[in-house]
Amino acid sequence: MTSTTAGRSSDTDRAMVKIAGVHKFFGDLHVLRGVDLDIATGEVVCVIGPSGSGKTTLLRCINFLETYQQGRIYVDGKLVGYREVRGHLKPARERDIARVRAETAMVFQSFNLFPHMTALKNVTFGPMKVLREPKADVERRGRELLDRVGLADKADAYPAQLSGGQQQRVAIARAVAMNPKVMLFDEVTSALDPELVGEVLAAMKRLAETHGVTMIVVTHEMTFARDVADRVVFMDQGVVVEQGPPDEVFTSPKSDRLRTFLARFSGSHAAIPVDTVATT
Amino acid sequence: MYDLRWEYITNHFDWFIDGLLLGLKMAVIALAIGSVIGLVCAFIRASGKRWASLPVTIYVEIIRNVPLLLIVFLLYFGLPQAFAPRSAAHEWTLRLLPDAERTFIVALAIYAGAYLTEIFTAGILSVGRRYLDAGRSLGLSRLALARYITTPIMLRAVLPSLSNTFISLFKDTSIAVAIATPELTMAARKVSTNYFRVIEAWTTAGALYLVTSYAIAISLRMVERRIKWSA
Amino acid sequence: MQVVLDNADLMWIGLKLTLKLSIVIIALSTLVGTFVGIGLVYGNWLVRSVLRLYVDIIRGIPLLVLIFLIFYGLPALHVSILGHPVNTNIARFETATLAFTLFAAAHVGEIVRGALAAVPAGQTDAAKAIGLTFWPRLRHVLLPQSMPVILPPWTNTAAELVKGTSLVTLVSMSDLMFATRKIAERTGEVVPLYAAAAVVYFVICFSISRAGVWVSGRYRYGVAR
Repeated sequence: MTSTTAGRSSDTDRAMVKIAGVHKFFGDLHVLRGVDLDIATGEVVCVIGPSGSGKTTLLRCINFLETYQQGRIYVDGKLVGYREVRGHLKPARERDIARVRAETAMVFQSFNLFPHMTALKNVTFGPMKVLREPKADVERRGRELLDRVGLADKADAYPAQLSGGQQQRVAIARAVAMNPKVMLFDEVTSALDPELVGEVLAAMKRLAETHGVTMIVVTHEMTFARDVADRVVFMDQGVVVEQGPPDEVFTSPKSDRLRTFLARFSGSHAAIPVDTVATT
Repeated sequence: MYDLRWEYITNHFDWFIDGLLLGLKMAVIALAIGSVIGLVCAFIRASGKRWASLPVTIYVEIIRNVPLLLIVFLLYFGLPQAFAPRSAAHEWTLRLLPDAERTFIVALAIYAGAYLTEIFTAGILSVGRRYLDAGRSLGLSRLALARYITTPIMLRAVLPSLSNTFISLFKDTSIAVAIATPELTMAARKVSTNYFRVIEAWTTAGALYLVTSYAIAISLRMVERRIKWSA
Repeated sequence: MQVVLDNADLMWIGLKLTLKLSIVIIALSTLVGTFVGIGLVYGNWLVRSVLRLYVDIIRGIPLLVLIFLIFYGLPALHVSILGHPVNTNIARFETATLAFTLFAAAHVGEIVRGALAAVPAGQTDAAKAIGLTFWPRLRHVLLPQSMPVILPPWTNTAAELVKGTSLVTLVSMSDLMFATRKIAERTGEVVPLYAAAAVVYFVICFSISRAGVWVSGRYRYGVAR
């Protein structure tokens, strides 16, 4: 893999997201200790692991909400967060960072909907202001998206008037509206009451099946990962320990660490039973 | 350019210090009187009796929406005129407020009273019901309840606001210069107009106010920490 | 009462200056203060230190001292505003504007700082994630959300500013207070005149407070009362 000074990867069969040798420190804390990961276009990847493993930090590095100190991250061939100057990383201009961020979309654990905008406005704001798309098109598409997550009638509601599950579905619609090349999901059901988790997972499942968009999902929902992921990545202590198709990873884990981790979720067995995600 | 001559300040530094101390004195007295006014008014308001809390509300709203300078002028120029000369009220007024300093203190106290009423009202409302219930079940009268339960609890809660108010009042004493009270601002004005040492005079005054405000803030914060007990 | 009516025209002239000064100062200090607040939260170390020093100094001195410092100090340094030496009759208004804005921007800055710092970090994350750069983030996401927190203390500051304009009478500017005082000296009728002035100040300040409450009510965003 060669890198030119413009920060582009010249591999013809390139991955949508390429993470190479990434290290990140929070002060003295070495959170990411050399992460290597390639994600192909249209692939749905679930990242699992114990808390503190660095999976959320890695996700936030992809759209540069967190900086990284060593290594390279490429999204669709563009270097994230930095310019390459004679082999060294120099901070990129705000404009370039923003441009990469506009091509990725993130759904957060705490929803982070803009409270001073209606659901529809939340969804249409990015396309209108950042992507500069015409208002009429954006609004039409916005309503379609809200309909697809089952919230057509809540278009004019404010986030304060919506339940957690509804807010998260609006957040998903907001992310999809940006037509991103990569969608990033950061433990999006962890903050929800159990009865609301199902509706959000169902929306994500529909997304994975119909959209063909690259999805990277950090999650604790093992049944979802088993059911929806093309590949499951297990991280622990800042590195990728094991990865593979869900059947392999869940039924025959190769590493002890993964075995221990999985054991926590199903009592005595190290395997996760197959289950379909409840749809609303 | 302007060359700085600090001798004019150092020679008359006593003016500045005396003025500073007078300012502190006026602020303390105004805070004390204002607190009495504020406590009484706050309890009246908290009692919920419409006929009594209406005048309180009028007092508070008027004072808070009118400049302090106006209150000072009204008192200083207006009071001597308010009563017929040689009447009892007139003599009484002259006896009570013989000079600018006294008059200013009263004006500042009235001003402070309005703001303190608001602070104490909020404080009273914040006293947890459980303390009142405990007091009532002991058989305490309303007055005793107010005196032994509500006030001590409320005072600790409003201590930060009281500190801020005191510092504000101290800064407001600068307005006393309008009626020629020998306060810190007046001292600076004297040096400024008599010797034309404007920069030295006003930066000295500013620095003294600044340092004093900070000193008060820090010491009050230490006092707060001492008095604090878990709510 | 009659004396008030007889001199109403003079008082009106003073009132005009008070109003004009108030409006200009409130607008200017809000603008400058907003940038001060933004700088205090998002600026680099140097910006934050300078602004912090500025805010702390201003908040530690009385408004009157600042007024005197600027009105008498600047001419001594031969500073001019807009081409005119400070404190000549031509530049009085500008001098006063400078002094009051310097004072109020510090207070507004502190208010804005507190409000911006209170916006949840996740909002900045979400705004960054959709590709907004710094100033658009502030304008579309962060500042709108800090409005409910800014408005009550800002309304307070605005009312205090209007009351503060009365201090310009002590530097011989012909505002409402100055007019009232002069007329009172001339006619000897103190109480009715000052009472009338009090009513005017009351109406202005009270209206500002009420307006603030009304505007605050509009920033509810669907939150049930």
